[in-house]
Amino acid sequence: MRPNLRILLPVLSLALLLGAVFVIQPRTMSYLGLNLLFNLAVPIALATVAQMIIIMVNDIDLSVGTFVSFVACVTATWLNDAPLIGAAILAASVLAYAGLGALIQARGLPAIVVTLGMSFVWAGLALMILPSPGGASPGWLRWLMTAKPPVAPMAIVASVLIAGLTHLLIMRSSFGTVLRGFGGNERTLARAGWSLIRLRASAYALSAVFGILSGMTLVGLSTAADANIALRYTLLSIAGVILGGGEFTGGRISPVGAVIGALTLALAGSFLSFIRLSPDWQIGAQGIILIIVLAARLLLSVRRRNRDVAA
Amino acid sequence: MIAALFSRAWIWAFVAAGITFAFTAAIGQTAGGTGLLVAALTFSAFSVIVGLGQMFVITLGPGNVDLSIPATMTLAGTVSLKYMGGAAGADVALVGLLVALGIGLGAGIANFALIKLLRIPPIIATLASSFVYLSLAIWSNRGIRIKPPEALSDFAIGRSLGVPNVAWLALVIAVLAWVALNRAAYGRNLSATGQNLRAARLAGVPVDAVRAITYVLCAGLAGLTGFLLSCFSGGAALNMGTEYLLTSIAVVVIGGSSIGGGRSNVPGIWAGALFLFLIVSMLNSYGLGAGVRLLMTGVIIIAIVAAGSRPQRS
Repeated sequence: MRPNLRILLPVLSLALLLGAVFVIQPRTMSYLGLNLLFNLAVPIALATVAQMIIIMVNDIDLSVGTFVSFVACVTATWLNDAPLIGAAILAASVLAYAGLGALIQARGLPAIVVTLGMSFVWAGLALMILPSPGGASPGWLRWLMTAKPPVAPMAIVASVLIAGLTHLLIMRSSFGTVLRGFGGNERTLARAGWSLIRLRASAYALSAVFGILSGMTLVGLSTAADANIALRYTLLSIAGVILGGGEFTGGRISPVGAVIGALTLALAGSFLSFIRLSPDWQIGAQGIILIIVLAARLLLSVRRRNRDVAA
Repeated sequence: MIAALFSRAWIWAFVAAGITFAFTAAIGQTAGGTGLLVAALTFSAFSVIVGLGQMFVITLGPGNVDLSIPATMTLAGTVSLKYMGGAAGADVALVGLLVALGIGLGAGIANFALIKLLRIPPIIATLASSFVYLSLAIWSNRGIRIKPPEALSDFAIGRSLGVPNVAWLALVIAVLAWVALNRAAYGRNLSATGQNLRAARLAGVPVDAVRAITYVLCAGLAGLTGFLLSCFSGGAALNMGTEYLLTSIAVVVIGGSSIGGGRSNVPGIWAGALFLFLIVSMLNSYGLGAGVRLLMTGVIIIAIVAAGSRPQRS
């Protein structure tokens, strides 16, 4: 798919879903309504970007959910009580991610197994830091997440900012371009003199930074944390990347699409409760939405291929 | 002979399991060696059955993995118990088993249809379908806890010749899997597909049929495990499959099968399952907290995978 087509489908899905929500519940068409609809989208969008960076280098991170939970626990305890130690713990976790990337590259390990193992590690650490739900959000974080900027609610402003900044970082900067090339064909980069170990380590470290931002914003919204707070983010983030037009191989991803994909998933939850779908079916409906979008994408790409053949 | 034996990767997994067993039995104050062995065989049996299914799928080649195993287990467990409704009798038990296997069959066909028709990567296809299966399970369960028929739970808990019945069953299935892999055309075709899909297709291997059979087989085994596990634990629970996502993949990797596909190893699945269970019970018997236990489990899995790998990704 061409880049412009890649972004078209996510935008359409979001617009369609948003339109449906507005029709069913017109009162959401306001500053307050939009804020409520997209309130929890910011941490999901950040986790999706974290997942996207891993998928960009042809891996998959099954520990995103537990990592974000771990960060949330650190934020609600150490970062609040002793900011310096808290920041040090978070910096160490970035190093851990970088080490993981280096290990995966150096030993040729399957990322799916390593990150699955890491999900146990983060879950264990989260439990050790915060054995029972609690903690408190640092005041500045709470202020940031509940700020009411003019014109558009915080959730929208933040999403636009995240999309724009990651677009610059991944699609426009030389660092992002090299990483995408790494996902596309790592042998070429090795020939060009890059250290593959260093590249994979930096991709993982960058992903960890977004994971940390996700956990921190989540605590800013929820004001407290527990060790299981973000477990569903693993699945949501993978689904968000795919909904946003990302592909599993070849470094073909779209940061703007990923943020839109995350917004779509966050909105899907509200939509499903507006149409009074039984809670039993909430998870299943998300699976079906995912399947429908993928089917639509297939149709689009088949049509385009036929047109190319005809031309 | 001995050198040939020790050149096989799965031997080391058995050795590791043996060492862990010795350590755990030495410090275990309560059950002692026999109790630990019975528990290890029982719980490993469940991991072995789902692990074999996952191994078949992983052997299909890079990117092939079934993430819907936990959801399929849960769905098969809840629905089959609902059908049996706690009634006794051999025919009821058979109906329950057939329902569980039928659900596995349906899930496998659905998974493969998504992968094939929508050209979705298997990870996403099985992830999406697992959401649907889980919803079906929640919908059919509705918080009611139905007890399994007494005869079935007696069978699932019971022992024959000192060995748990479920372990016998897992052993039989493992032998059948070994025959299918090493002595049947299906296994040759499976390995060929996993090593190089395009070459296999050009050589006349019915690639799509092999893939379809494999996904159905995996889901069928998951359904069977869900049925057995819910009989064993006295009822189905919505989270009963959760831990088997990691377990099913971990036993395949620890057991020496190639995660890149094309190379599988049946004895290694048993070794991996025993080792994994024993590690967790060793950490338990040291009286460590839940957090430390999780942390150690993760670190050990990564360490094993890292130690067993060859340097440089190809």
